[in-house]
Amino acid sequence: MLSLILILIAAAFFTGVIVRVKSMASGRKGPGILQPLFDVFRLFKKGVVYSETTSFVFQIAPTIYFSSVVMAMLVVPFGQSKGILSFDGDFIFFAYILALGKFFSIISAMDTGSSFEGMGASREALYSMFAEPAFFILMGSLALLTGHTNFQEMFSALHIGSYISYALAILGTFVLMMIAMVENSRMPIDDPKTHLELTMVHEVMILDNSGFDLGLILTAGYLKFAIYGALVVNLFIGVFPLQYSIPMFFVIQFVLASGVGFIESFMARFRMSHNAQFIFVLTSVSLLIFFGALLILGKFV
Amino acid sequence: MNYTTIINNQTIPVSDIPEISYNEFIDLNTGFLTDSPERHCVNYFGSRVGNQVRLICCIADDNTHQIYVSSCLIKSGDSLDSFTARNFNFEKFEREIHENFGVGYNDHPWLKPVRYAKNRFDQSQTIANYPFFSIESDELHEVGVGPIHAGIIEPGHFRFICNGEQILHLEIQLGYQHRGIEQQFLAKKKLLQRTTVAESIAGDTVVGHTTAFSHVWESLCGFQPSRDIEYARTLALELERMAVHTGDLSAVCTDIAYQLGSSVFGRLRTPIINFMQEWGGNRLSKGLIRPGRNQFPFTPELANRLAEILDIYEPDFLEMNEQLFQLPSALSRFERTGVVSYDDVLSIGTVGMAARMSGLCRDTRQSHPFGLYPELNHEPIIKHHGDVYSRVQIRKAEVKQSMQYIRNLIQHVPEISGNESVFQSPKPNSFTLSLVEGWRGEICHCAITDELGELAYYKVKDPSFHNWLALALAVRNNEISDFPICNKSFNLSYSGHDL
Repeated sequence: MLSLILILIAAAFFTGVIVRVKSMASGRKGPGILQPLFDVFRLFKKGVVYSETTSFVFQIAPTIYFSSVVMAMLVVPFGQSKGILSFDGDFIFFAYILALGKFFSIISAMDTGSSFEGMGASREALYSMFAEPAFFILMGSLALLTGHTNFQEMFSALHIGSYISYALAILGTFVLMMIAMVENSRMPIDDPKTHLELTMVHEVMILDNSGFDLGLILTAGYLKFAIYGALVVNLFIGVFPLQYSIPMFFVIQFVLASGVGFIESFMARFRMSHNAQFIFVLTSVSLLIFFGALLILGKFV
Repeated sequence: MNYTTIINNQTIPVSDIPEISYNEFIDLNTGFLTDSPERHCVNYFGSRVGNQVRLICCIADDNTHQIYVSSCLIKSGDSLDSFTARNFNFEKFEREIHENFGVGYNDHPWLKPVRYAKNRFDQSQTIANYPFFSIESDELHEVGVGPIHAGIIEPGHFRFICNGEQILHLEIQLGYQHRGIEQQFLAKKKLLQRTTVAESIAGDTVVGHTTAFSHVWESLCGFQPSRDIEYARTLALELERMAVHTGDLSAVCTDIAYQLGSSVFGRLRTPIINFMQEWGGNRLSKGLIRPGRNQFPFTPELANRLAEILDIYEPDFLEMNEQLFQLPSALSRFERTGVVSYDDVLSIGTVGMAARMSGLCRDTRQSHPFGLYPELNHEPIIKHHGDVYSRVQIRKAEVKQSMQYIRNLIQHVPEISGNESVFQSPKPNSFTLSLVEGWRGEICHCAITDELGELAYYKVKDPSFHNWLALALAVRNNEISDFPICNKSFNLSYSGHDL
């Protein structure tokens, strides 16, 4: 329950912080931190326009996408306290419930019959496919290290044995944050601000969505960022009491959001063909974590 | 002699242009271009004479600073051998002649409509049924973009044939912006109206097109512009070049999602165009250039003000360039993206930046100098790779060069000679050609007067006219996601093409 509340609070300001940091970095004042939230409230009050070429898939997809993210949010723990759902192997549930949502957003993009959206869908599918092994090798290594297969037990047991595990946590932070960037179509993979359909990945898939549906998709995006941020926090706070871990949660989320803002301000995005290579690198970093886990366990001969 | 030789801004009687048979005409003009990279076709157009069409072809020679003009009379329904089958320089021009006069070509490889002019010959051709090149394939797919641009700038339709993410072919269909500019020059009888029409040819090249029109008009009237008039024009041309190039650098940064570059260059463009407002009352320089007049004299006070602005502009501009050209993620987007080879730009006859990016020296400031350029001893900036990086570098270098020219020019502000707009009416039965190097490249205006000295024909050629084809070639074998950056690095005009 605690994790759910914290994630919701973090989601409310995460994207706002990114936008604000970007504005300030380019010498502008920028909108308020809560502006993204106001934007979705505005969208929630609006009706929806459906193109005549779409079928029911297009209409149900945003809801399924949103629910999948909410379901994923429920299994995320906070340090010692469990998520609302917690069972053995819940990290697999986490990954595939998100994948289900993504699957629906991909087929709904295909459903519109637009040549742009098909392109975006194929890019998104490719990148998710490359990101998947990175996530599983990371989580698998943690499971191997701790001997548990659910999020809460894994995270709380992570730092009991040795301080080297903090090094693994830092590598894990990198992997999780980059996966969050891929999942949320942020720089350097995708440019959320572009108006050019041909270069978009995620944005082009939701070109046809409007009003309430668009609001759902945007909210899901905010939540996703906070969820991945929460996983990162969990890599560190396993053994701390609540009075330290809750401030740490917000500090880490804030640092991550500003980090994203700075990356987006001071570098150009990748060429599309380099994205696949870049995402594949995440798998190599995960493998490092895997070997680190083997080292700690002394299984290297 | 089966052709006549003129220089830039020279008026000759129409009867001085030799009229030769079509076979001679085609041999002469394609012969001019064979193995001569210093020559290219600046204008080739038809005008109606009774029930016949007079074709006039103007080939510029960059080494001798001359323009070779020849003409030929044909009938509208004739079916001819095309120039294009021998040299691609003439491709767009012949399509235009075909569209406007119904002249048939039996071996033109790409005889499609250009801009759907309102007075086109075949009214059954409409923009809705443009004959796109298409493919029969299960593996390839087509992507159509436009006519509404994603950034709602100007309309144009782009049809890609792709293999996955890779572009195999791009066809660009324009004509949505057609306003009948050339007809407007004839329909409007007042000089001010005509000048305003010239200002509206392309909103980003106001100074370039208005200067070309002014030169044409002054030459037709036998008016010799005084030094202060040409001074203001030259200065305005260089300021326009600076402003647009800076804005383009910002736009290129936006397209690669480099926020810092995008906002810094965007900010730097503002003081330049604001200065235009201080000088002439309009940020886009409308109303600044007038034939035969120095509408807004450039005063020493303005010169001081401009010097101050440049002193503030320069360090920021240089620093931002240093950042941009050292940023690995930006360079990886620029380098080897959208390459057009030297052979390609030569064969399609691109002008301006789109030629200089690939090592082809086309700069009328040097080859057919006008205004105060003879004094400036302009050296064109040439790059050799023909990629986005070359085009961005040219912009950077040209801004620096223009800044240098402006600094030199404002050292000595000429005396104002007074508004001496005592115009003779244009000479009857005359032909004039004016070349001006706008920021995008060579602008060519041609005019023909009738026996009363009224404009009988007016022809405008914006550099975008043939440079669009360079964009179509540039994106081949590139990723489709790199199309926007290629497009922006050319930054061609839709309305300049569509007229």
